[in-house]
Amino acid sequence: MKKFLLTFFIPLFLFKISFTQNGTSEPKNPEKGRILPSVNINTLEGSTFNTGKISNNGKPIIISFWATWCSPCKKELNTLAEVYDDWKEKTGVKLIAISIDDSRNMGKVAPYVNGQGWDFEVYIDPNSNFKRALNVINVPHTFLLNGQKEIVWEHNSYSPGDEDILFGLIQKMANSENHSPKETPVEGKN
Amino acid sequence: MKIIHRKKPRWKVKINFAINFIFQSLKNIFVFPVLYFILVIMGGVFPKWKGFGSAVYCQSIEQTLRQGEIHGNLQMDAQYYNPDSAIGAPPVPEKILMNGFSNINYTNQNFSAGIRYESYLNALQGFPSGYRGSGFPYRYASFTNKNLTVTAGNYYEQFGSGLIFRSYEERGLGYDNAMDGLRIFYRPYSGIYMKGLIGKMRKYFTYGEGILRGTDIEINVNELFSHEESGQEQTLVNNSSDSSSISQSINPVITGKENKIKFIFGGSAISKYEKDQNSTYNLPENVAAFAGRANLIYNGFSLFSEYAYKMNDPYPYQSGSVYDYNYKPGQAFLTQASYSKPGFGISLSAKRTDNMDFRTDRNAKSVPPELLINYMPPLTRQHTYNLLATLYPYASQSKGEMAFQGELIYKLKKETFLGGKRGANILINVSMVNNIDTIHLNDMDTTRIGYRSDFFKIGRDTYFKDFNIEFSKKITDKLKMILTYANLAFNIDVIQGKVNKGMIYSDVGILEIQYKISKKHSIRSEIQNLITKKDQGDWATGILEYSYSPNWFLAVMDQYNYGNKDSNKRIHYYFFSLGYTLETTRFIINYGKQRAGIFCVGGVCRNVPASNGISLTILSSF
Repeated sequence: MKKFLLTFFIPLFLFKISFTQNGTSEPKNPEKGRILPSVNINTLEGSTFNTGKISNNGKPIIISFWATWCSPCKKELNTLAEVYDDWKEKTGVKLIAISIDDSRNMGKVAPYVNGQGWDFEVYIDPNSNFKRALNVINVPHTFLLNGQKEIVWEHNSYSPGDEDILFGLIQKMANSENHSPKETPVEGKN
Repeated sequence: MKIIHRKKPRWKVKINFAINFIFQSLKNIFVFPVLYFILVIMGGVFPKWKGFGSAVYCQSIEQTLRQGEIHGNLQMDAQYYNPDSAIGAPPVPEKILMNGFSNINYTNQNFSAGIRYESYLNALQGFPSGYRGSGFPYRYASFTNKNLTVTAGNYYEQFGSGLIFRSYEERGLGYDNAMDGLRIFYRPYSGIYMKGLIGKMRKYFTYGEGILRGTDIEINVNELFSHEESGQEQTLVNNSSDSSSISQSINPVITGKENKIKFIFGGSAISKYEKDQNSTYNLPENVAAFAGRANLIYNGFSLFSEYAYKMNDPYPYQSGSVYDYNYKPGQAFLTQASYSKPGFGISLSAKRTDNMDFRTDRNAKSVPPELLINYMPPLTRQHTYNLLATLYPYASQSKGEMAFQGELIYKLKKETFLGGKRGANILINVSMVNNIDTIHLNDMDTTRIGYRSDFFKIGRDTYFKDFNIEFSKKITDKLKMILTYANLAFNIDVIQGKVNKGMIYSDVGILEIQYKISKKHSIRSEIQNLITKKDQGDWATGILEYSYSPNWFLAVMDQYNYGNKDSNKRIHYYFFSLGYTLETTRFIINYGKQRAGIFCVGGVCRNVPASNGISLTILSSF
């Protein structure tokens, strides 16, 4: 019986070893991040949109969670809206804002987005499915994805100046991923 | 044209897919473990074979495991309480209270599973006292295969705008009505989305008695007829001749960019089973509710409407009231229209609800709300400034209300009188909530319908009115300013259940200034003043906040009830806050007195209960 039990537990033990070994023996891509979960959210028009479709042709992506009732979120996105054209041109980055407004405020999101003249993609996550899948606790919460759509950096809260740190990371990423000589590294924002 | 490209009829592909799916699942669930156990037993019988089973099995699943990921989050709020009779903070026998939770999720390609540990030792003041002790009230496993997703265990879900069903969480408020059961999401054809579910609803660490069964179907007409894809299989459809419209439809999404009518409609049904244990009344054991919705979009215009009907579903209420075990069916109607173009946005919404209290347990408490099946969105602005958000916030009245709201956003152009050099933004919001007009039937001894109500007639009693205007402007590159004025009318008897206090009229003025000292250093200040002759009288709030990007912030706040008629209650509510953020981990220490409501400090908004003391918050996601 003892033997039998031993043979039963050894595989579990081995299984654990093989798992840990695999976890540590892959230093090839140390920056490998987490894969973006596939969850159904809404477009501003109310159509269903699957987050697995978020893409930017191998360029970095910023995903920022916000709400119409969250003033630091709006400050962050208004700041990003001002610099977005410049960032896009320099790094090819794409900005996606995810509103966690529920049916109380959902109808106000599109007028707000257009009223502010935000020229980036905005989706609504009315029952917090995407927020939950990404373990977001509070808004604002911002993610940076590399060209392979892996989350390589995230930050909770917003203070003026945070955008410079974000841009530094995007530039670094764009420079290291960009093999084309056309897009040479550009100077950072002052 | 498109049909020619099809090699097999669609139903055949589906059957093949189904067979394949079942076969693969059976193989994973039964064949591998059985093989493994056979090899283990063989190893037990023949000592030489020992370990062989594990080797084979480990090899086969090694590949799969490599793709697995574990992520999660945690939050802990601990507070030391000082009794403070002046502000109504009672003595806390435990002195220290703590709320905490941690989610841990495992994902591996199309499979995900997770648990949440929650701990209330004991629950913070202001949280429902039903949260006691610790446990794992949330666990689930979910599997997606192309267009099918199956979830077993706990899940959150919403049908339409939630008028007949919404299961969701507001951790900051201690509200969580997660479902426990099974849910299926299926997309049989491009543009058709179906949901089916069964389960019980969470009540603290247990579940309500009632069982819910529900289904929802949504049809996106444009996707259906043009094979536009916003679902999963973009690459397959991209080859068709319609690719230009596809790229448009999956791309942004900012209303007003397409000159095309879009139409989405949907319907849902939910049924509740609850045993009739009442000796006086013959109560319906199965209660159904239905809802239909439609969404029309054209060139920046959007119109959404939803109507819901709930069959008779009597609940106990004050004895003798027309709402006590009332057999009247419930109705709700919500409509939202909006138009926007760059620099301009307007939205109008209206809502009527009548007898829409809907719970999985007839005896569930309404304060704090328990086991609510549906969600009645309050059609008022969700304010964030402390005095506006915490003193007189509106909450929907499920017995019945008629609400209207309008909001206008306008971007003032540069080089105009108000716009100045850098332009400015104006937001105007108006909302009004009244009761529904009712005529009592005096039938409480016979049919118990209670009252009759004209669908289009607005009642005479005002519950809430809000007119507010917000002007924001960037004065220089470093200096920003937001000026807000609000005029509120608040029926404190109805909304907060007070007696003979009547309407509270108040005027609120707020000035917020933000100055970016240098690249990383900035300061922000708020000056708020609320003037009212009733209730607690006038209030003023001052906030000064310093932040050092991206790690530190320090904030000082004082709320002063300077206009209270009782001079002993003219109290300063001092509050200090220090926070440190390292990417996704945050530590915050607070000291002082504070009121309940949405509280925004240091760049984060959270719902917090009233208190006096010192508190520590740690939150992290990984």
